[in-house]
Amino acid sequence: MDAAALTLLALSLPFVGALVAPLLTRLLGHNAAWILALFPAAIVLHFTRFLPEVSRGEIVTGGYEWIPSFNVSFSWLIDGLSLTFVLLIAGIGTLIVLYSGGYLKGHPQQGRFFSFILMFMGSMLGLVVSDSFLMLFVFWELTSITSFLLIGFDHSREAARRAALQALVVTGGGGLFLLAGLLVIWNVTGVTQLSLLVSFGSEMRASPFYLAALLLVLGGAFTKSAQFPFHFWLPNAMEAPTPVSAYLHSATMVKAGVYLLMRLNPVLGGTPEWQILLPLFGGATLVIGAVLACRQTDLKLMLAYTTMASLGLLVMLTGIGFPHAIEAAALYLVAHSLFKGALFMVAGIIDHETGTRDVTKLGGLRSAMPLTFVIALAAALSMGGLPPFFGFLAKEEIYDALASLDRRAMVFAALAILGNALMFAVAFAVALKPFVGAKTETPKSAHEAPVLLWIGPALLAAKGLSAALLTGLTHELVSTPMATAIAGERRQVTISIVPHIGMPLALSCVTIALGVIFYLNLARLRAFIATILSDIGWGPDRGFDQFMRGLVRFSVALTRRLQSGRLDVYMTVTFILVAAVLLGAPLYYGELPRAPFFAADVPLHELAIMAIAVIGLFAVVLASDRLTAIVSLGIQGFAVAVIFLLYGAPDLAFTQFMIETLSVVVLALVMTRLRLAPSDHRPLVQKVPDLTIALACGIGFGLMLLKVTGVPFDASLTDFFNLYSKTIAHGANVVNVIIVDFRGTDTLGEIAVVMVTGLAILSLVRLRAGALRRIADNDPDAEERT
Amino acid sequence: MRSVIFRAVAPFLTSLMVLFSIFVLLRGHNEPGGGFIGGLIAVSALAIYGIACGVETVRRAIYFHPMAIAGAGLFAATIAGLISIAARVPFMTGLWIYPSLLGVEVPLSTVTLFDCGVYLVVVGAISSIALSLEERGGE
Repeated sequence: MDAAALTLLALSLPFVGALVAPLLTRLLGHNAAWILALFPAAIVLHFTRFLPEVSRGEIVTGGYEWIPSFNVSFSWLIDGLSLTFVLLIAGIGTLIVLYSGGYLKGHPQQGRFFSFILMFMGSMLGLVVSDSFLMLFVFWELTSITSFLLIGFDHSREAARRAALQALVVTGGGGLFLLAGLLVIWNVTGVTQLSLLVSFGSEMRASPFYLAALLLVLGGAFTKSAQFPFHFWLPNAMEAPTPVSAYLHSATMVKAGVYLLMRLNPVLGGTPEWQILLPLFGGATLVIGAVLACRQTDLKLMLAYTTMASLGLLVMLTGIGFPHAIEAAALYLVAHSLFKGALFMVAGIIDHETGTRDVTKLGGLRSAMPLTFVIALAAALSMGGLPPFFGFLAKEEIYDALASLDRRAMVFAALAILGNALMFAVAFAVALKPFVGAKTETPKSAHEAPVLLWIGPALLAAKGLSAALLTGLTHELVSTPMATAIAGERRQVTISIVPHIGMPLALSCVTIALGVIFYLNLARLRAFIATILSDIGWGPDRGFDQFMRGLVRFSVALTRRLQSGRLDVYMTVTFILVAAVLLGAPLYYGELPRAPFFAADVPLHELAIMAIAVIGLFAVVLASDRLTAIVSLGIQGFAVAVIFLLYGAPDLAFTQFMIETLSVVVLALVMTRLRLAPSDHRPLVQKVPDLTIALACGIGFGLMLLKVTGVPFDASLTDFFNLYSKTIAHGANVVNVIIVDFRGTDTLGEIAVVMVTGLAILSLVRLRAGALRRIADNDPDAEERT
Repeated sequence: MRSVIFRAVAPFLTSLMVLFSIFVLLRGHNEPGGGFIGGLIAVSALAIYGIACGVETVRRAIYFHPMAIAGAGLFAATIAGLISIAARVPFMTGLWIYPSLLGVEVPLSTVTLFDCGVYLVVVGAISSIALSLEERGGE
């Protein structure tokens, strides 16, 4: 098997896992996690083999043609950026699968949960390795859809359903912005592959459509990565089971927006717009997220808001354009995935073992859960940016980038210090406070978590430590290639674990000092923020509800207006439009047909048939009751069929005969069911408009036919079919050969339509009949009678 | 319909018409006819039978639900198109074989199968509409 096929196999593995997960879970219960974790583990192994190549600065591309005529391919791009993401997704995914095994042990739908989470994993992997735009978009929306399924997993709760729908509307809607943005980029540059796009950067930035493309792409990225003011779905998404929060809503999916910005940085980045918009929104998200995090008392919500803040920090660093900012973003992204994933899982363990997530009700768990405490502390130290953890490296690099005397840098440095200090306080509020102090009563008596639960966070925390201790190796394999890919040029990450005296270290110390102050005064801070928020009152979350209500109201009003539910209104509107088109266009363009030419010597039998048709028409109009009118309509139809026959179209005539017969039968049957009066009793005033419309339509069709037959007949198709019908398709009946052979695919579509129409009519008839029967069944008198 | 003559003649008329519809279907490739027309004739036959002897009788006579017949027709037509893929020619390419049955060479083709599919779809879809309407008419 060649390398491309192997990669394709690796990318499809999660979906295979999703298929077998329900069955495996039925057989093995929660222990299926051990087997299912092998799928992502295999992906990690496969992609690890790219590490040497990618760390040398090479870019691996591959794939298959999909729709070559539209220049659409299924192709992947593996460089430092996507490889880091792949390893994070599959690596953390392995641990999450194990963790879910313990967390949802005994849940009746555990198999479905595994299936969803593996489907998400596959979508996310596809997103980050996508080279072609279309594939990127498809996987982008797939992550939104799988996220919807996972947030709404506990679908019997109203809050979970609302959160799921909200996330889908926000991120899925953002995906449409992304699609539009990608189409603009495609139109400007003419390429559909990210790997080719890099060389079009200057062209793209100079294009008049640059701002449009940028805003559309930001619309996608900001909704996905929960940037203010689109952040509200992320805290609500905490309705999902904790493994989902740890995986999707901290470590992977929410970083898709950041990934997109990093991926497009060499193409769209570096302009004033980029360097204003990204830091502005990122900085605002950082501070708002961190402030809101302090207000919460629910462990998961605290972490969710710090995730939002971290995403803001990443967006800010990606856009700010200072030296080392890209390197800082790369380091912080990896560090954040490791420590936040671990902290979420710890929060889940605490919830699982004590029955509550309210930080004010927790305390003194240290003795009951020593292992969890150690894990939590290790993750929090990394989040707080203390040596010797990976978070420290990231924070030193951030301050290295921001420590300058430039006024802009000082503003953002201040934002970063404030945000980081608040996050520091929250980190320890989550990871330290529940474990120290006096032991409190919890709904369940706390004891240490089972191995399936602690193994995931333990490995993540250990990774956060080892990645920092082996700084050189980490930089060579991960940080440097990733920063290079984001910057679009060679970058070298050199930051080391040994603190060195300088401006960054000073800023770090300020952050930690501030953080400790915040931590000690957290209760007061929380009350203060709560007061401010209740004074403001309105928030984007409520705005979302108002927007949705408005949308529903608007569509109801519009539907009521357009769909009156009265058949006569629909028919009248349709036929007025038909008449307007048929008469209006030739009158406007002065293209009326010339007066028809009447042959002098029309044979008598032809005249007779035409007379029958006309008599049929008059019979329809003058008929006293409806049934007679229907049958008279048949007379006219038969006369037309005979004309077809005389002019050498036996197939057409044949069909016309049958259609006329059947339509008379069906119309008569319908009429008997409608229980109408036998004849039309409306006054003349009401009949005249109908008459006018009918006449207008008839005249319009007549004029069109005259015009069409006035045009010289192009016989090339006739000649073609006459020539080849027998020789190619072995059939003498040209009409039939066209239907079943030359244009067979059309016919296939048509008979599918016939079938679907039949189904629709059948269900309509049944619906009425069923409703009538139900009314009859509820009638007590009817029961007595039978 | 209460007419005794009509009720007595209807079964014979219907069987003749169905037979004729199959004849029209099969000869369609070279002479006027084909799946569409054949299907319409068969539907008229069933409609007549239904008017004369009641919908239940027709439903028993055709055994399958009309929509199942239509579905089978659509399936057959699709299969007829897909066979050509196995022969590595584009979708819906007509393929012909000439087996000898009882000493007579019979031309068979995917096109014929396709036309039979059209026939079944028309019969199934339209007769299901007609029958359900007749059913309600009898209430």
